[in-house]
Amino acid sequence: MFSNWASSMLFAQSEGGSLFLSPPSSTVAPMVDSLFSLIFWISAFFFALIVGLMVLFVVKYRRRNGVEAQKTAHHNLLLEAAWSIIPIILVVVIFVEGVLGYLDLRNPPDDAYEIRVTGRKWNWAFQYPNGHVENNLHVPMGVPVRLVMTSEDVIHSLYIPAFRVKMDLVPERYTKAWFEATRPGTYRLYCAEYCGTEHSNMTANVVVHEPGEFEAWLEDASNFLDKMPPAEAGKLLYERRGCIQCHTIDGTSKTGPSFRGIFGTQQPLADGSTVTVDENYIRESILEPLTKVRAGYRPVMPTYRGQLKDAEISAIIEFIKSLK
Amino acid sequence: MSATVATQSAPHPQADAPTNYLTVTRGWRSWAFTLDHKRIGVMYLVAVLSAFLLGGIMALILRMELVTPTRLFLSEDLYNHMFTLHGAVMTFLFIIPSIPAALGNFLLPIMLGAKDLAFPRLNLASFYLWVAGAIFFLLAIVLGGLDTGWTFYTPYSTTTNTSVVTATIGAFVLGFSSIFTGLNFIATINTMRPPGMTWFRMPLFLWALYATSIIQVLATPVLGITLVLLAAERVLGIGVFDPKLGGDPVLFQHFFWFYSHPAVYIMILPAMGVISEVVSVFSRKHIFGYRFIAYSSIAIALLGFLVWGHHMFTSGQSQRAAIIFSGLTFSVSIPSAIKVFNWLTTMYKGSIWLATPMCYALAFIFLFGIGGLTGLFLGALATDVHLHDTYFVVAHFHYVMMGGTLIAFLAGLHYWWPKMFGRMYHEGWAQLACFIVFVGLNLTFFPQFIMGSRGMPRRYARYDAEFQPFHVMSTTGALLLGVGLVICALVLWQSLRRGRKAPANPWGGATLEWHCASPPPLENFAVAPTVGDPYDFDGLVYKGEEEGYVFEPKKQPAKREAEPEPATV
Amino acid sequence: MASIVEPEAAATHDHHGDHPEFLAHHFETPQQQYDTGKLGMWLFLIQEILFFSGLFVAYAVYRANHPEIFVYAHQFLDKSLGAFNTVVLLLSSLTMAWAVRDSQLVNNRGLIRNLAITIACAFLFLGVKAVEYSHKWDIGLYWASKFAPTAEHHGGSMILFWLCLPFILISVALIAATVVSKQKNYEQGYRFYGILALASVAFFVGVGCGFVVPAVAGSDSHGPAHVEEHAGESDHHVVATHADPAHALADDVESPRNAGIFFSIYYVMTGLHAVHIIGGVIALAWLLWRALKRQFQAEYFGPVDSVGLYWHLVDLVWIYLFPLLYLIH
Repeated sequence: MFSNWASSMLFAQSEGGSLFLSPPSSTVAPMVDSLFSLIFWISAFFFALIVGLMVLFVVKYRRRNGVEAQKTAHHNLLLEAAWSIIPIILVVVIFVEGVLGYLDLRNPPDDAYEIRVTGRKWNWAFQYPNGHVENNLHVPMGVPVRLVMTSEDVIHSLYIPAFRVKMDLVPERYTKAWFEATRPGTYRLYCAEYCGTEHSNMTANVVVHEPGEFEAWLEDASNFLDKMPPAEAGKLLYERRGCIQCHTIDGTSKTGPSFRGIFGTQQPLADGSTVTVDENYIRESILEPLTKVRAGYRPVMPTYRGQLKDAEISAIIEFIKSLK
Repeated sequence: MSATVATQSAPHPQADAPTNYLTVTRGWRSWAFTLDHKRIGVMYLVAVLSAFLLGGIMALILRMELVTPTRLFLSEDLYNHMFTLHGAVMTFLFIIPSIPAALGNFLLPIMLGAKDLAFPRLNLASFYLWVAGAIFFLLAIVLGGLDTGWTFYTPYSTTTNTSVVTATIGAFVLGFSSIFTGLNFIATINTMRPPGMTWFRMPLFLWALYATSIIQVLATPVLGITLVLLAAERVLGIGVFDPKLGGDPVLFQHFFWFYSHPAVYIMILPAMGVISEVVSVFSRKHIFGYRFIAYSSIAIALLGFLVWGHHMFTSGQSQRAAIIFSGLTFSVSIPSAIKVFNWLTTMYKGSIWLATPMCYALAFIFLFGIGGLTGLFLGALATDVHLHDTYFVVAHFHYVMMGGTLIAFLAGLHYWWPKMFGRMYHEGWAQLACFIVFVGLNLTFFPQFIMGSRGMPRRYARYDAEFQPFHVMSTTGALLLGVGLVICALVLWQSLRRGRKAPANPWGGATLEWHCASPPPLENFAVAPTVGDPYDFDGLVYKGEEEGYVFEPKKQPAKREAEPEPATV
Repeated sequence: MASIVEPEAAATHDHHGDHPEFLAHHFETPQQQYDTGKLGMWLFLIQEILFFSGLFVAYAVYRANHPEIFVYAHQFLDKSLGAFNTVVLLLSSLTMAWAVRDSQLVNNRGLIRNLAITIACAFLFLGVKAVEYSHKWDIGLYWASKFAPTAEHHGGSMILFWLCLPFILISVALIAATVVSKQKNYEQGYRFYGILALASVAFFVGVGCGFVVPAVAGSDSHGPAHVEEHAGESDHHVVATHADPAHALADDVESPRNAGIFFSIYYVMTGLHAVHIIGGVIALAWLLWRALKRQFQAEYFGPVDSVGLYWHLVDLVWIYLFPLLYLIH
């Protein structure tokens, strides 16, 4: 584990990162990092000054027999003014730098590529202009991307550390964020606002495509329903559209019941009755998840009405059928 | 009040007649219904330390779970409950009342030269409100737990199926406990100062408590109404914070932080007050820049009301609001910086005695230095967007709350322990505990800065493997910190049983509490004390047979100074 | 509020160990005790103001963002009842101030009389409020999540009965206590409970006023007199020719989105205000008890003064609530 980490650190170093910061991978990141370094060195200087003086005084003026404390002035206006005004100047510099960076972070260029983001407990949905939805964020390199975001339930927050971007998703309103990726690769995306049980699993990957490859990927990805057998397409949907956050396919329970081997079985419900897990029950559970909740599980699943097409629901049903 | 005659031999008669506040009456009723501020202070001390123990155990459980990126022994839900209660217990039950309610209650009237607080019955009521609030918190744990985070953000808190209302009632009741304590302190300082105790002869600890009390009275009611609205939202569905009914969840954040940011200063200002006392006494130097420190307490208290929006830079508030809040936030950093420089200058050319309280004070300057300076990263807008809600923030406020408030609380506890209980503790062991706590704190929280700025979000039960080394370091530090605190507790406990009797003035302090016996008699002063400069150590002479300091007026015979002079400039 | 003990005051009230009974042990002089108590009360009032300020901020935010809700919803509040209650509270403030004056002049009879009137005014206020609440709930004007305005009535009289029930019980209990005290020749209790029982009956007078006042003011007992004034003024189909708001609802099915938010704010604000009124009644009853025991004297009237300050504040809050909620244009 440690060697793994050490090598990744070295790797990071070689690409412009540091102990404190991962390699900057968006256009705004270097600017945020330079402000971070500025504050870091100012802080380091003052910290060294304070602790240095403290240690010096403790050593030099420690109590000895027969040595009295010396009388010094009880205040000194010049000194006090100096250590008030110098920090004021420094924080004004930091403040202004912070504001300038912030304005860049918040105001996207006009020609940005727009992706709609929906956060819900506990997964992400990124919708591209052609209507295709993914649970990972794919973006082209070197193109400003604007995220128009909302939440379906509670407040979430989209956070991509490598891009130094973070913005809350608030229900019933739209918030915006933007970035322009500068290096191809895969980065982590987190939910940064606490949102309940699976908050720490509400993560995704950001895949930055080389220039020109993004369109091809989107074209390919959008047509998966036509090109694959339904069960395989269902597996893809299961992974991409958030089912996987709460439902396993290995028989263990998470927030929701496992999909393994349930098709065709009788299952008890929370209200005491039983239900046969068939096509209709699965379809109903996707569209109206709170009507028939399995016994032993909390009624927390959000509805997917309007988010999954009929063909997609059928594919998911085929996938669940295939899990013997 | 009749003219005071300075016969500063108070300790002697009391040494023979041991009726102090601890022994004057007996039986549990004499404690449960006491109106004596000292006994109430001691009850608070026991209460907040129990809360600290509870919160600390939860912290250790959390840290153990975080040793591995995947599940070790806590489910996600249990982890969420645990960090919520850790935060709520530590904030509402421990840190906010720690220094003001426990140490402040005990010391404020004595340091002022008064017999008691202005409203003794209200003071007892405050304590029982604390107890009631604590009971509600415990009830919340039993009745379904609490998984909202201590911040109760809507709409999560209005939709989760845990016992939010019970916890809300608890926090509401605790709020009133805090308000009444603040009200009592302000009234006491304003109207009960004896002749000669002018504003600028008050010890800086009292200035700090005064500033704290202002915040408690002005900010806490806003938390109260916020919690009422939150409870009404959950019980009735009034929709004010519920976006589904047309409400605004971000308004809740504004309301919450309007209290909770000033609350940060409720936590840190008294700590700064303690440090001002300790640094001066153990350097045997007049505090440097008395008025600057006093005014900066008030300045921090007032400016603290204007900066709540810096908790919400990523919430979608307008860019103009964010810029204004960022600017105001930096304005608070200046008075804090001034205090640190003042303490350093106080040590300059002093006679520094590295007794346990001073060790804690030095640790405070180190740790608060880091906590304060890392605040700059979070006040600056561009960096805050990146660091908000990551472990960087967690590390920052733990450096301020633990490295600042807890360490100052321990400094104050060790400083006033002989006064409170009349016993001396073992110096060597106490210093060892201080050292282990100091190392443990740094080892726990410094790695969190690194993983935070590398992108580790807070409140995560599971995490990416790349962060594991930092988490392992942090957990190791937490265990070390735990060991240090246990040693500290054992040392103090041992002193109660076996410690040698404390003299009236073991450290050579010049404030009024050192003029009365250890422990103090029921009404504090056998003879009304002379009020002088609280930081003038000239007349204090060490007496071997007393094992402490005795006031020997050598320059001038006893006289009551009619016109006070704040400082010999 | 002297910030330090004035030497004069200290000199004139110096008792030199001769502590009067009312003077707590840790105070030097009655003056110091009075100043301290008064400062404490002012601090408490500041706290109260900040407590309510949260609600006023919420009100301001929603009014700024959704003015149409406020214009639409306020027509369901009865201005005449609001105005009547305002007068009642102003009257109670007058008697409270008079009570403080009486206590300073050691006019115990006057003090008792004025405290009793003040308590009666409080009950009167609550009676009117109960009628107002019952009228709204009658036609489904609840807070946001239960907000379902309908033209049908849901048994307003039953709702009113439930709202009155606690007060019926209180009155009965007080009357019973009076009778028992009389039988046992417990003079202090007889007078105390008797006065309170009389005052509590004012609640039912208030309920009566709740029906009579709107009728006198020119509308029928169920509704606001001003609905017609609004016809044509508003953009929101508030074309109501009937005085009964239930009929207004029938004509005007479309209420602005989230209109329930107004009623949420209305209930929280007036509800918390009513809680403060009830708290004030308890404090006033405590004063009455002590006044009957003749505990107030020339040097000791601080408690009357402090409760007076509190009572004026509670009135003041209503003085702001009335125009903010009832008089919207």
